Amino acid sequence: MAWSFSVHTPSAAATRELAARLAGAARRGDVIVLQGSLGAGKTTFAQGFARGLGVQGPVTSPTFTLVRQYPCALGQLVHVDVYRLDHLAEVADLGLADLVEDGVVLVEWGDVARPALGPVTWTVSIARSEAGDDHRVVTVSGGEETRRGEVAAALDAGTGGT
Amino acid sequence: MNVLGIETSCDETAAAVVAEGRLVRSSVVSSQIDLHARFGGVVPEIAGRAHVELLMPAVAEAMARAGIERPDAVAVTYGPGLVGSLLVGLSAAKGLAMAWRVPFVGVNHLEGHLFAPVIEEPGLPWPLVVLLVSGGHTLLVEAAAPGRYRLLGQTIDDAAGEAFDKVARYLGLGYPGGPAIDRVAREGDASAFSFPRAMLGEGYDFSFSGLKTSVVRTVERHPSASTPDVAAAFQEAVVDVLLTKAARAVRAVGAKGLCLGGGVAANSLLRRRAPEAVDVPTYLPSMAMCTDNAAMVAAAGTFRLAHDGPSPLSLAADPNLFLDFSEDFSEPEA
Repeated sequence: MAWSFSVHTPSAAATRELAARLAGAARRGDVIVLQGSLGAGKTTFAQGFARGLGVQGPVTSPTFTLVRQYPCALGQLVHVDVYRLDHLAEVADLGLADLVEDGVVLVEWGDVARPALGPVTWTVSIARSEAGDDHRVVTVSGGEETRRGEVAAALDAGTGGT
Repeated sequence: MNVLGIETSCDETAAAVVAEGRLVRSSVVSSQIDLHARFGGVVPEIAGRAHVELLMPAVAEAMARAGIERPDAVAVTYGPGLVGSLLVGLSAAKGLAMAWRVPFVGVNHLEGHLFAPVIEEPGLPWPLVVLLVSGGHTLLVEAAAPGRYRLLGQTIDDAAGEAFDKVARYLGLGYPGGPAIDRVAREGDASAFSFPRAMLGEGYDFSFSGLKTSVVRTVERHPSASTPDVAAAFQEAVVDVLLTKAARAVRAVGAKGLCLGGGVAANSLLRRRAPEAVDVPTYLPSMAMCTDNAAMVAAAGTFRLAHDGPSPLSLAADPNLFLDFSEDFSEPEA
């Protein structure tokens, strides 16, 4: 059964912290698609996720370089941004299938690239909330055998789980 | 000594011949900008295929324009950048160096940008502060002398040029975003909106992600806001932060000059304000030297060859390469 959990985060720091907790449930070989409109907070989420995997140093936008790799607890965190790509062939050229063997792949704007990505472990959608400027609703969804229970535990481990 | 430079780290395929480390004999850039425009800011064939097709013609053109049949060395960017793109240039450079039996030297793309002003300004005073701003990088660097650098600050999220491109796309201004915003902003009132200057008082790092979000929120709240006004206010905020920090760095390290580099250094407001922001000379490279090119790679390669000798042919592409900041400098006061 497909599943999803939504969590309200009242600040950028809370979004980072939630991402770090989700990273705690990630495993080598996972592919995570990150979606949300411009300014929704995908970079903020990616920064928290990277911290959760023990990445040291700044995690900056991969928009121009398309791919950035960071050594982490699960091998490599492969941070991909397909914002500038328009065709699935171009996404395929990035060779993400090879990169996923090295660790965890986090793909920004990945909704459009989905057919070129292979199996996606989780989809994380970030939306701005009416509650305030820095408030967000983060929804994590997955399909069968994508560790629903572990994600639920990770997201509920802090404040704000719903 | 003629050095052939090759650059394929991102979107541009480039080859150049530079003599004595600073005399540009030829500089060829197979700009893909017209292809970008066709797709509204999207890069076709990014992963190296375009570089494969364009590189050897670019090299042949650079050699022909320089009027030489064999250079004295081959220099190539080996990082940072997209690995598939880097490999095209790196493999070609190794093959050419072997065939010509000349030394091969790998160049850090970021150090290449730091050599752009060296080419255009032979009498540069040292130490310098260099503000390197492009789509992929935003760095504030102290250069004590050629090859001796210290990182003062960098972006913690988006590069300044990326903010220009994303805001331009959001405002429907097309691609490339830097020139589009620059043009439209001239018709706008920069005081119509006040966008946040993130981390203005804190150290030398930059953050542009929140500014982008703020622009989106402002436009949503003021649907009738004039696009030129939004563009002008956005540009004002970026330039203000860049120059406030650069000026503070110049004072703190006692720099004798401020250099700009990278594609954003072509921005007209930044170029106009830079000399007003500091009381030392400012060095603003030409457009051709601001953006990615191979002449700066050849110049940096000439220096590296003299300083460190040739690179081994086993040199691998390094997508995450950073500048070597191992030199020991005294701490500047923030």
